[in-house]
Amino acid sequence: MNAASSAIIIAFVQVVLFVFLAPLLMGVIRQVRATIEGRAGAGIWQPWRDVRKLLAKDPVRAEGSSWMLKAGPVALMVSSLLLCVLLPLVGTIPFPSIPSDLFVIVSVMLIGVVALALVGLDGGTAFGGMGSSRHMTVAALVEPTLLLAVYALSIPAQTSTISAIVETRLFSPAVIISPVSVLALVALSIAIMAETARLPVDNPGTHLELTMLHEAMTLEASGRDLAWLEVGSWLKLAALLGLVSNLVVPWGVVTDFSALGLAIGVVSIAVKVLVLGVLLSVGEIFLAKVRLFQVPELLAGSFALAFLAVTASYLVA
Amino acid sequence: MTGIGVGLLLHTQTGTGHLLQTGIGAGLLLQLGLGALAVVSALLAAPSLRSRAGGILCTLIAVTGFATGLAALLGATGGLLIPIALPMDPLLLAPDRLGGLFMLIVSGVGILVSLYSMGSTRGPDASRTAWVAMPVFLVGMQLVPAATDSVSFLLAWEIMTLGSTVLLLADHASRATVASAGIWYSAMSQLSFFFILAGFAVLAAASGGTSFTNLQAIEPGSWAANVAFVLFLLGFGGKAELVPLHVWVPRVLPEAPSHVSAAMSGAMVKIGVYGGLLVCVRLLPDGPAWWGIAIMLVGGASALYGILQASVSSDLKVLLAYSTTENMGLVFLGLGASMLLRGYDAQAAADAALVAALLLAVSHAAFKSTLFLGAGAIIHATGERNLDRLGGLGARMPVTAAAFGIASLGAAAIPITSGFVAEWMLLQSLIHGGRLDGAVVSVAASVAMPLAVAVIALTAGLALLTFVKAYGIAFLARPRSSAAADAREVSPLMQLALVLGALFVLALGLLPGPVAALVAHTVSPSPTAAVQAVGLGGVSLPGIGAVLDPIMLVILSALVAIPVIVSIIVSARRHPHRTIDLPWGGGGSRARPRMQYTATSYAEPLVRVFDDVLKPSRDVQVTHVAESRYLVERVQVEQRVSDVFETRLYRPVLNLFQRYGIVVRHVANGSIHRYLSYSFVALLIVLIVVSL
Repeated sequence: MNAASSAIIIAFVQVVLFVFLAPLLMGVIRQVRATIEGRAGAGIWQPWRDVRKLLAKDPVRAEGSSWMLKAGPVALMVSSLLLCVLLPLVGTIPFPSIPSDLFVIVSVMLIGVVALALVGLDGGTAFGGMGSSRHMTVAALVEPTLLLAVYALSIPAQTSTISAIVETRLFSPAVIISPVSVLALVALSIAIMAETARLPVDNPGTHLELTMLHEAMTLEASGRDLAWLEVGSWLKLAALLGLVSNLVVPWGVVTDFSALGLAIGVVSIAVKVLVLGVLLSVGEIFLAKVRLFQVPELLAGSFALAFLAVTASYLVA
Repeated sequence: MTGIGVGLLLHTQTGTGHLLQTGIGAGLLLQLGLGALAVVSALLAAPSLRSRAGGILCTLIAVTGFATGLAALLGATGGLLIPIALPMDPLLLAPDRLGGLFMLIVSGVGILVSLYSMGSTRGPDASRTAWVAMPVFLVGMQLVPAATDSVSFLLAWEIMTLGSTVLLLADHASRATVASAGIWYSAMSQLSFFFILAGFAVLAAASGGTSFTNLQAIEPGSWAANVAFVLFLLGFGGKAELVPLHVWVPRVLPEAPSHVSAAMSGAMVKIGVYGGLLVCVRLLPDGPAWWGIAIMLVGGASALYGILQASVSSDLKVLLAYSTTENMGLVFLGLGASMLLRGYDAQAAADAALVAALLLAVSHAAFKSTLFLGAGAIIHATGERNLDRLGGLGARMPVTAAAFGIASLGAAAIPITSGFVAEWMLLQSLIHGGRLDGAVVSVAASVAMPLAVAVIALTAGLALLTFVKAYGIAFLARPRSSAAADAREVSPLMQLALVLGALFVLALGLLPGPVAALVAHTVSPSPTAAVQAVGLGGVSLPGIGAVLDPIMLVILSALVAIPVIVSIIVSARRHPHRTIDLPWGGGGSRARPRMQYTATSYAEPLVRVFDDVLKPSRDVQVTHVAESRYLVERVQVEQRVSDVFETRLYRPVLNLFQRYGIVVRHVANGSIHRYLSYSFVALLIVLIVVSL
């Protein structure tokens, strides 16, 4: 089987798997949190039920809202689906003319960020604007960490193509525990927490709190508009957790196409993402949301780590 | 202009006259002729016809320039030789590939601006003076990149500056701020001119000639080259809006008529970039390492400062003006990085950085002129350029909204626009620049490259916020003033210019391969080793092993979008949407439009985060109800973010001059006796000096 068709199969499998996995991941994260906090919780399938409910409702749109309220959620969804296609989650076989370049991946993610921010503004309420403004401020300040972490990761592989980076880690695992890689991964994780609106940057469990970011932007959306916004955000979280897990534990990823390898790849990424989700949920129990104006300090810290990672690579090597 | 036309000679290098060789000369001659015609028609035409005639002739000038520039870019040679009576080299206008590229940029913007101005100009913008200045400005900008000697370069430069100054002053009678902008602009552009003149003078004195071939002979390490480099950096940096010489930008670009701001920001600023490239790539290549570092520092500082100011600005045109400083900063960052890397023999990365800088210049011309024209359309429709009073224009001006939106995506470097490709290439060159075959090239590079990546990343992030704010506040949500509520779409010609500009942005982003390959020919000795076109218009950097194919990306997104869209169609049939009054009004009744976030409030978190740099001044006035101190009747908040460079650097210098001026008033008080005695003393001093 040639590279192109196996790449297409893997991409298809990744998309289907993650569309299924993302709501499940959210269910697991919420259920673990509920159990630890001593609540019964809604069960791990609740996000699936929510999506089904939302898709079966008439969307209610405010008078004066524009096409952005319809198109924005779709744009977010498509950008998250593209992340699932481009990232090496199940396998590292890239499309021939679309290598999974991390800079391209970051900008594909930014399409979703922009779409969500514009949806927030479109409602024409104070809450939407507030969420949008804060969301974009955080996104702007995360960007340097994100790109420098990419830079640091790209140094051992001498390319910013993420599938090549994962393969390098798979074949020479010493790279994973090098100080450069550890610093870069910590920085990347903080950046991803901020990008996906998790603690300590945003509290995904709250509604109608003056400090919220993500939820404020989705307040005016309903029905399928809201469904796309929610699933798109979940998919993004799942795909990025998949990326981190493959950078830390690259084993199980398909590098040469075979049916058995594919099955192993699917199972291993699902397990990795869910385990990481549980860890995230447990970690969040011990975290409080920091004040909005302390978020820049957190991000400056993560930027310093990423910068150290890059310069250390020049000094160590 | 007509006076020069008489002495023109067609210059061919072979004598027999190959078609393309004479083609460039003929193109330049035709431009001069059309320019003269446009000036005459502006002087003679009736006011009702003036805009139409001027617009058509200016479009023709720009189209001619486009063809000439394209021919030069594709490698045609030839030009115009103008003999002069002065004892120096004759004036020769013969653009090389690089000059051709910049002629193309300038004339492309020229086409958009001419079409737009045909539909938009009215009142003082359509005066006789303004329509005389327009062709002069356009032709002047075309001639600068065509010049091959310093005298014609400087002449063309001054024609360009003169034309733009007159255009800027179109509105001076009705608004006092225009006059002040005019003074700033004249002072700053003459300062630039002075530095450039001094730079050429130093080089000419050292080489003994004024033509660029003579100047190229100078050793880049010599003191003359170093002095000239600093002078040129100051001169061209001023034109290219680099910090700290950018202070004219936030005053001038907002006050000029919008089509003039588009031409200034889209085209004239690129001439400053061309000057930088002329010095660093053509006249004095392979300079010492500190040149590259200096340019990177200036570029990086400009990029960060420009976008910070843009992100907190609520005035749409000030926002766009500062964002120009940011983009030019990035262009110079790329140029500096390529100079630094070339010094360490990292050829592939150096070439990629230079091509990225040029692509950035090309794409900036496309998106920024569209944005300025879009801002012009908004002003045309609402009379407002304050974002805090706009809103809901998307439904009222759909074409403007679409064009402005696409151009905003370009400015925010989002795929599939031109801005994204350029930034991607710059980032690729930087992350591959620090090493050559796995070995670290130098300490300087290993600090400079990560810092440059960080600067670009922060700039890109803030640009995202800036343009989400600009588009979201102006075009989405509900109108914040009655002017915005009553807006109507602008005239078809203006729409045409906007749509053309947006198409340029998309085309450059979808087909970066052919464009980048063509651009690489202008600066790289081995262009195919640096950049190649692959796949469906994709671009590949063979030297550093990176590929980008935007069309494939579009196809892929279309494929993943199909299931989503199908499910929407199915669901929309079963569950049509309902439009109601605000579904969730913040817990209360229907929220008023004034309760929406404005541009000022949108940027408020950012102002807080960066208040050490921006130094905002905030004034809150609370009016209490007469009966009780605890009840508030009115709250007035005023926030001003001034330019730190203007208040901290320029004001003290200007104050010093003012104080000096007051002192001098006593020395020259009008008394003839006093002046005679000054002359006498001066004569005495001269005689003494001569006799020594």
